[in-house]
Amino acid sequence: MFLKKVATAGAFSLMATASYAACDIDGRVSIVGNEFPAIQTVGKGAQECAGGVVKANLTADHQKINVAGMQGDPAEYTSAIIANSSIVALMNEDVIRPLDDLVAEHGADLKPNQMITIDGKVMAVAFMANAQHLVYRKDVLAEIGVEPPKTYEELLDAAKMIKDKGIMEYPVGGAYAAGWNLAQEFTNMYIGYDGAFFKPGTAEVSINNESGIAALNMMKSLSAYMNPDFLTHDSNATSAEWKAGNVALMNMWGSRVGPLTETEGSTQEIVDNTAIAGPMTVGGGETPATTLWWDGWTVAKNVSDEDAEATFKAMMHAIRPDILNEETSPQAVWLIDGYEPTDAAAGVFDAAERGSVPYPMLPFQGLLHTALGAELADFMQGKESAEQALADTEAAYIAAAKEKGFLQ
Amino acid sequence: MKHKTFFWFFLPTALAMLLFIALPLVSIVTQSLYTAHEQVFKTVENCGPFGCKQETTIDQEATAALRDEKPMGKWAGAQIYMDRGHLAVNEVRAAWRSSDSWGAFLSQVSNFPFYSALAFTLTFMFVVTPLCIILGFAIAVGVNSLHRHLKGLVIFFSLLPMIVTPLIGSLILFWMIDSRGILGSGIQWLFDDPNLSLKASTGLTWIMLMVYGVWHSAPFAFVVFYAGLQTLPQDTLESAQIDGATRWQQIRYVVIPHLMPLVTFVALIQMMDNFRVFEPIVGFNASAHATSLSWIIFNDLGGETRQLSAAAATSVLTVIGVAILLSPVLVRTWRDFNEKT
Repeated sequence: MFLKKVATAGAFSLMATASYAACDIDGRVSIVGNEFPAIQTVGKGAQECAGGVVKANLTADHQKINVAGMQGDPAEYTSAIIANSSIVALMNEDVIRPLDDLVAEHGADLKPNQMITIDGKVMAVAFMANAQHLVYRKDVLAEIGVEPPKTYEELLDAAKMIKDKGIMEYPVGGAYAAGWNLAQEFTNMYIGYDGAFFKPGTAEVSINNESGIAALNMMKSLSAYMNPDFLTHDSNATSAEWKAGNVALMNMWGSRVGPLTETEGSTQEIVDNTAIAGPMTVGGGETPATTLWWDGWTVAKNVSDEDAEATFKAMMHAIRPDILNEETSPQAVWLIDGYEPTDAAAGVFDAAERGSVPYPMLPFQGLLHTALGAELADFMQGKESAEQALADTEAAYIAAAKEKGFLQ
Repeated sequence: MKHKTFFWFFLPTALAMLLFIALPLVSIVTQSLYTAHEQVFKTVENCGPFGCKQETTIDQEATAALRDEKPMGKWAGAQIYMDRGHLAVNEVRAAWRSSDSWGAFLSQVSNFPFYSALAFTLTFMFVVTPLCIILGFAIAVGVNSLHRHLKGLVIFFSLLPMIVTPLIGSLILFWMIDSRGILGSGIQWLFDDPNLSLKASTGLTWIMLMVYGVWHSAPFAFVVFYAGLQTLPQDTLESAQIDGATRWQQIRYVVIPHLMPLVTFVALIQMMDNFRVFEPIVGFNASAHATSLSWIIFNDLGGETRQLSAAAATSVLTVIGVAILLSPVLVRTWRDFNEKT
C-alpha cells in the first residue's frame, strides 16, 4: 500500500512537471467509454484535474451500460465517450445535454470540425477520427511480387498466391466475430457495393438486394482464407493473429495499428514489415468499402450545472493540445489542434480523402446492426443462402423496429 | 408451531421473496405487455468532422409529449410474445403450410431465434443434468472410499471447477481449445487432422459447451452426494456384506435408495441452472453456433438500442419454461408431503 502511494505521488509530481496545465474543477466527473489506447489517454487526462472527484470506467462493454448509467437523476456518468453510432442511442433516450453554453464559456480552443452539431445544437465534442483500412505484410507481398491490393478482388488473388506458395495457411485476417463485428464488416462491404440500408426518409429496411447478396458472397470468399475460427475473432483476437505472424492481409481499425507496431507478443520481423494503406474498394465501385468514425465525448443531461461544467472543463483538459507527444500521437488520428499526422494515420486520412461514407447516424441503424450480427452467422457457416440470411435479418429488424416504435 | 410464531418466523423470508421474486416478476410481465411509443421523426442537419448531412432523427419534444401522456408506453398485449423474435406464431404457421415433411418444417422453425435457442437450451439441460448426477455420484463414492488423510486434498481439488467463476473458467478453456491452444492442438494431433477446429463446427461447439457444463457443475452434485454418504446406515450396509453382496450390489441396493431424495434435489437445482445456461456461450464466443434463452435476453439488452420489451418477454417465457420443467418434480414432492401428513 505504501509503495503504491509513493508510486502514485511520484507519478503525480512527474505529471505536474511534464505538463503544467492546471485544471481546477468544482464538481463530480464520472466518465464511461470504450477501451483502446487513445481513449485511455483521454481518460487519464481528465483524471489530472484537481478539486473534484474524477472517475473513469473504460470498458469494451461501455455501450451496454452508458444509457442506463445516464438515465438516473442525477446520472451516474456525467460524460460518455461515444462514437457516431453510439451517440444515437443517447440521443434516442434524450440523456445528453446541448453544449452550446459551455462551448461559449470554456470551449474557445475547439476547432469547428470538432463540434458535432445536431439540428444546430452542439451535442458532442469529437477528438479523434477512425476508419478501417488495409494492413499488410511488406515482406510477404514482396515474396509473391504483388503490390498492396486496392480492391478486395486483388486481395483475394494475393491471398490465393500466398496460400498456394505455402507461406501461410490462412493469410487473411478480419474481425468477423458473430455480433457487432460481423455486422460491421457487412456494413462496410454493403457500402462498398453502393447499397442503401433504408428507403430514404423512412425506417423501412431494404438490404435483400443485389448489393447485399454480393457483399455476403465477398465476405464468404474472404472467409475461405481466414482461420476457421473466424466467427469467434473480434478485433483483439485478429490483432493477436497478426502479431503471431499468421496473417498477411487484413482490414483493421486505424486506432489499432499503433499496438501492432510494438514487439510485445510479436517479433521484430513482423513489426518491421507491418505496413498500412487506404481502404479497399469492391465490385468495381468508387466508394471505399469502409466507414468513417469519430470518437467524442458528451455531457449528461441529468446532472447539476456545476457537475456539467466540471465535466466539460475536465474533458477539455483531457483533449488539450499538450497531450500530444511521441507516445500519444500515433494512437489515433487526433482532431486536436497541433496534431501532426504520423505514419499510423495514413490509412484513415486516405479513407477520408477518397470520399468514404461516415457510419450512418440514424435512430434505427443500431437495431439493424444487432439483427445483422445475429442473423448473418448462419450464412457464413454455409447453413443457409445469402437471400435467406438477408430475409431473416430484415424480418428480425422489422420485429425489433416495431417494438421500439420506429415502424408501425 | 403456533400461528403467531410461524408468522414472525416466516416474515423475513416472505419479505425477501416479495422483494426479489414477486416484484421483479410483476415488473417484467408489465414491461413485456407494453412497447415504445410511435417515434416522431424529423429531418435535421448533422455536422461533424466529415462535413454536414441531412439525417433523420427523433423529434424529442413530440415524443416527450407522447411519453408524458402515457408513461408506460403503448399497450401491446401479447404482440411481442407473438412476433418473430419470440413465439413467431405467424411465421411458424406459414412454415407449417409451406413444408411437406416434418424435417423441412423443423429446419424452417429452427431458423427463428427463440426456437433455435430453445433447441440448444433443452439439449444442454437434458444432456448435462444426468451426466452431472452420474459423475457427481461416482466421484462421491470414490472419494468416500479413500484413506482419510487423502480425503481433504481430493475434495478440495474436486471442488475447484465450481469455485472458478463461470465466465473465467469458460474463457480459460476457450483459449486452451483454440486451434493453436494446448487442447486444440492436442485434439488435432489425436485425430490427425490439422484443420480440425472445435470453434468452427456447430456440433463440436455444442459438445464443448456440454463438456464444460458437466465439468463446472459436477462438483455440486458431488458435494451433495458426499454429504449424503456420511449418513449411510452402517448396519444395513454390514448386513448386506454378511449376506455376501458384491460392492456393486451394495451400491445398487443400499447406497442408491438411500440417496434417492438427494438425486431429486440435485436434479431440480441442476435443471433450473442448466435451463439458464449463459456464461459459457459468452465465454466461448459461441453465439454463432449455440444460443440460449438467457443469451437472447443479453443480446436484446446489449445492442446500441436496448430492446427492453423483447428482453422482458423472453424472461417471462423463461420463467414459464422453468415452471413447466419443474412441475413433475414439484407434483411428486407435493404428493409425498400429503402422504406423510
